[in-house]
Amino acid sequence: MITPAVPKSWYLPTKPHKFCPGCGHGIVLKALGEVIDELEIQDQTIFGCDIGCSLLSWDFFACDSTQTHHGRTIPVMVGIKRSRPELITIGYMGDGGGYSIGSQHLLNSAVRNEKVTLILVNNTNYGMTGGQMAPTTLPGQKTETSPYGRDPETTGYPTKGPEFLAEVTSEGAYVARATVSKYKQLKRFLKNALRNQIEGNGFSFVEVLSTCPTNWRTNAQQTWHFLEDEMEPYFPVGELKSPFSKGGDK
Amino acid sequence: MLKVVDETKKAFLTGNETIAWAALAAGADIMFGYPITPQNEVMHYWTRLAPRYGREFLQTEDEISAGFTVCGAVQAGKKAFTATAGPGNVLMQEPFGMAEAMRLPLFAIIQQRGGPSSGTVIYSQQEVALTTYGGNGEGYRIVYSSASHQEIYDYTIKGFNMAWKYRWPTFLLGDGYQAKMREPLEMYDPEEKGIKIEPTYPLVGLPGKIGEDREPQHLCNIYSLEEELYDVVMKLSAEYESIAPEIIEWQEHHCEDADIIILTHGIVSRAADDAVKALRAQGIKAGYFRPITLRPYPAQQLRDAIAKSGAKTLLVAESSYGQFERLTKQEIYGETIKMEHLYMPGVGIIDYDIISKVKSVL
Ligand SMILES: Cc1ncc(C[n+]2csc(CCOP(=O)(O)OP(=O)(O)O)c2C)c(N)n1
Ligand code: SF4
Ligand SMILES: [Mg+2]
Repeated sequence: MITPAVPKSWYLPTKPHKFCPGCGHGIVLKALGEVIDELEIQDQTIFGCDIGCSLLSWDFFACDSTQTHHGRTIPVMVGIKRSRPELITIGYMGDGGGYSIGSQHLLNSAVRNEKVTLILVNNTNYGMTGGQMAPTTLPGQKTETSPYGRDPETTGYPTKGPEFLAEVTSEGAYVARATVSKYKQLKRFLKNALRNQIEGNGFSFVEVLSTCPTNWRTNAQQTWHFLEDEMEPYFPVGELKSPFSKGGDK
Repeated sequence: MLKVVDETKKAFLTGNETIAWAALAAGADIMFGYPITPQNEVMHYWTRLAPRYGREFLQTEDEISAGFTVCGAVQAGKKAFTATAGPGNVLMQEPFGMAEAMRLPLFAIIQQRGGPSSGTVIYSQQEVALTTYGGNGEGYRIVYSSASHQEIYDYTIKGFNMAWKYRWPTFLLGDGYQAKMREPLEMYDPEEKGIKIEPTYPLVGLPGKIGEDREPQHLCNIYSLEEELYDVVMKLSAEYESIAPEIIEWQEHHCEDADIIILTHGIVSRAADDAVKALRAQGIKAGYFRPITLRPYPAQQLRDAIAKSGAKTLLVAESSYGQFERLTKQEIYGETIKMEHLYMPGVGIIDYDIISKVKSVL
């Protein structure tokens, strides 16, 4: 039997993990685990997770970890980083946590060029609370609080976080959007976002397009279709700002 | 306006669904909300039902915004409300404080979950202190603690009415059990039952030409001098205290000859009711007292019950660690009755728990 390689930085007593079958969170955390291993930062990493399905990762890594409040992971990570700059802080949150309730923290930490790494999982809904509309819900998409489909007339258009952050951040910031459907690229972007913090360049942010079959009410095929054919055209993947490569990595 | 409930009828609903129907029946115009368990389904039902009756909904970016959009909508003269729980209730204390200071007819449903912090999403009675006295004010609030789905329906309608009649922020304090469980109740059209629906009116955006027909409105909540604020707070306090007797509601039975009075609120009072019946059947003289309004608190009524019964013991049972007992103690200061308590923070209480406790203290 071939068992898939498990990152060294994963905490094995909590595996198998707690996410739903087909959930993208597990893929993001696998890529992150491999990057933590490759950069050899397990011992100085502080992993902070939000309240949202990201909270299910509170004991996911064999790294010191802390769970915060819904939307408040960014200021907690900033507090740790400002106090102990030698630590590597990773804030892990959902699109509701980052773009809605925590959006003031996202904006202000980006403007201040806080040297933290933030990973935001975009699954176009509020997963943990049962599938309500999120800032990233696509036009026409049905959710528990947009039962007749999201109407941009009354609720605006989906938030494009990386595009917005690329505008407000200064030199040294790293901003990218990845997707769980392109694993190697996802890993590369996460690695750049962490390298950027290690080198002390500035704020680092990666949005990851992810899947939520439970609340999308989709089977495997429909799930992949929604991710690749609905989400990816709306939310283009790539590096929007990077101190490492001029013009970005597309 | 399209009638929501044509004729009085039996229904079998969850508490959250009941709230959505009652808010429609009460004529609520708009709900502002942010998802949080265990109140989510209030929004889920509201978003499905509201468009059928020409009502509105906005999901805001967080609870601070939900509370303040309600403050804005009621200033504009609309019957607006929100629903939240736990950490969301914490965030809403800022807009609730503004509503206290400016006498805004805000109505909010609180479905208590476990705390502190994110706690649990399930159940507790740990939002008593926050809902009655949260914020940096003096607790100018009307708080109904419901115990059944019928009461959820009745007090949602009443809550809107009281908010608009007296202009204090008004709350229906429920919990996750009441939110999620299904129970029979009677749905009715309030006006057909003879319940007057309080009219709404704007505080800003008034009709007429400024300078000719009317003066401009200048609403404020901050003052330059200590003495100015002192006058405001003294006036607010006097007004709150003067209407409190009209608002206070409570339930009691078997207190006349009780040796021990069991004091509970909300859903725990159903366990207390069962416990009193069982204890009486066993020859133990237990009485039942339940504040329906936690703010204002039926203090005199409780003092009277203690006096007329001559009970030796007051047993407080609550799904929190003493929040309800502390509230009670400050209200009945000076009584010499012995106080016992059953604290079960964040977990349910059944008749058996209360019966065992009674037997252990008698
Ligand atoms: C102050 C506060 N408001 C609301 C909640 C309820 N809540 C928990 S998780 C969540 C949404 C999570 O959605 P998202 O951030 O997109 O993460 P996902 O679950 O989709 O990964 C909400 C609203 C809370 N815990 N605290
Ligand atoms: S609800 Fe959605 S986001 Fe949450 S664990 Fe399940 S699939 Fe993943
Ligand atoms: Mg989400």
